[in-house]
Amino acid sequence: MSKVVYISHDGTRHELDVSDGVSLMQAAVSNGIYDIVGDCGGSASCATCHVYVDEAFCDKLPAPTEREAGMLECAAAEVKPNSRLCCQIVMSPVLDGLVVEIPDRQW
Amino acid sequence: MKAHEKVVIIGTGQAGVEVAFGLRANGWQGEITLIGESADIPHHLPPLSKAYLAGAATAESLYLRTPEAYQAQNIHLLSGIRVDAINREAAQVQLADGQTLNYDRLVLATGGRPRTMPADCAPLAEADNFCYLRTLSDAERIRLQLVPGNRMVVIGSGYIGLEVAASAIKKGMQVTLLTIADRVLDRVTAPLVSSFYERLHRAAGVDIQVNTQIAGFEMSADKQHVRAVVCTDGRRFDTDLVVAGIGLVPNCELASAAGLQVDDGIIVNELMQTSDPAIMALGDCARFRSSIYNRWVRIESVPNALEQARKIAAILCGKACRSEAAPWFWSDQYDIGLKMVGLSDGYERIVIRGSMEQPDFSVFYLRSNRALAVDTVNRPVEFNLSKQIVTDQLLIDPALLADESVPLKEIIAAARAEPNYA
Repeated sequence: MSKVVYISHDGTRHELDVSDGVSLMQAAVSNGIYDIVGDCGGSASCATCHVYVDEAFCDKLPAPTEREAGMLECAAAEVKPNSRLCCQIVMSPVLDGLVVEIPDRQW
Repeated sequence: MKAHEKVVIIGTGQAGVEVAFGLRANGWQGEITLIGESADIPHHLPPLSKAYLAGAATAESLYLRTPEAYQAQNIHLLSGIRVDAINREAAQVQLADGQTLNYDRLVLATGGRPRTMPADCAPLAEADNFCYLRTLSDAERIRLQLVPGNRMVVIGSGYIGLEVAASAIKKGMQVTLLTIADRVLDRVTAPLVSSFYERLHRAAGVDIQVNTQIAGFEMSADKQHVRAVVCTDGRRFDTDLVVAGIGLVPNCELASAAGLQVDDGIIVNELMQTSDPAIMALGDCARFRSSIYNRWVRIESVPNALEQARKIAAILCGKACRSEAAPWFWSDQYDIGLKMVGLSDGYERIVIRGSMEQPDFSVFYLRSNRALAVDTVNRPVEFNLSKQIVTDQLLIDPALLADESVPLKEIIAAARAEPNYA
């Protein structure tokens, strides 16, 4: 169980306790964070769970797969070097304190 | 925005829950009451034929929202309570426990229930090893009977039948799939795609029998247990478990009893209103006129439930809503991810990108050089791009489409550059 901070585009901060093994998308949606969508059930197929990962944590995440990298190009908002699909970010103790920013739109 | 209007939502499936949370996200201040006949914590349905049967779904992963999220958003969740009637004149719903609830706006998200076997061949209701699959308790009954080495008969070759067959194979069962159709997924895909799925399942060990009609079931002496499935041509299949997935019947009874217009679904207009403007409907139970296909449709899918829920939330809060997007759907069988966009009825030709010898292709269903639908297997980027192609009904060049060396992005750009692409 570790802490994740999601910062919406309007500056709203949401702090969640996320269990190990749960994806950031699943945690966000199930807690009602409305600006992360994730309609494809977390299969890296819809690019609506796009987030910008805080630079301090980028190295702690496994690199995106080819599939995720391809899907990131479909994201609606600007894709930056620290862009990830958060259905592919699975919680673990090493990510405690992870901060992600949510783009202005998911479609 | 009418700050003190009360919204009552009937149905705690994907659609109803998304309306409730969508309203709050769009700034709704009034009371929101969400009523569901099921006593279960509102949960996702797609895992029930997949991860749940594999024993890989935690309770947490199934919930649509955490149990705490409802109160956190000031949504009154009433679970395990049936609505008996809608009293439109009084703008009230009558609950089975005798309570009445007033509403200013009523949203019907009543979903559907499994179509049952024809009466002359349905097993008695007490059979412990005959199951449909819609609810969590259905899924649990099935899961407990997925015993390695045991025999299972699946009736129906739609998504439920195929996904359950795949899950049972992974559990080491002997699976026979019987369908009245002449090919699997016959209502939704082209013959070539049906063949791909038949090959996939047969290679995994499923015995698929098409053009097979069920005559009835042989029961144990105490009628508690199905022993065999009997077909009209006389063939018998001994079995330990039967799962039938033969379609969904929309739950329109409350609506029709209240005098709302119903026709294989609750009829709604472009603002999601029923024939009573204070009452809206959405999801599996609602029939609407598609502006993409220019015909009335009722769509049974999670993406449709979510899209229509967001539309209702936007409309009620006076916000702009997105224009209609092409319906889409996914099905996971073994490790094959099928993602489909659009409705292919009325297609004239198909164009394939990739080869169907491998699980890596896209099939475009064209009519007059516009794609009515696209089926993709393990091609998520093409699937996403195909949503645009179908939604915007782009005029595309079939020769370019069939040429894998031309990226789909370029084909779309070329289509948009054409002066008469719309």
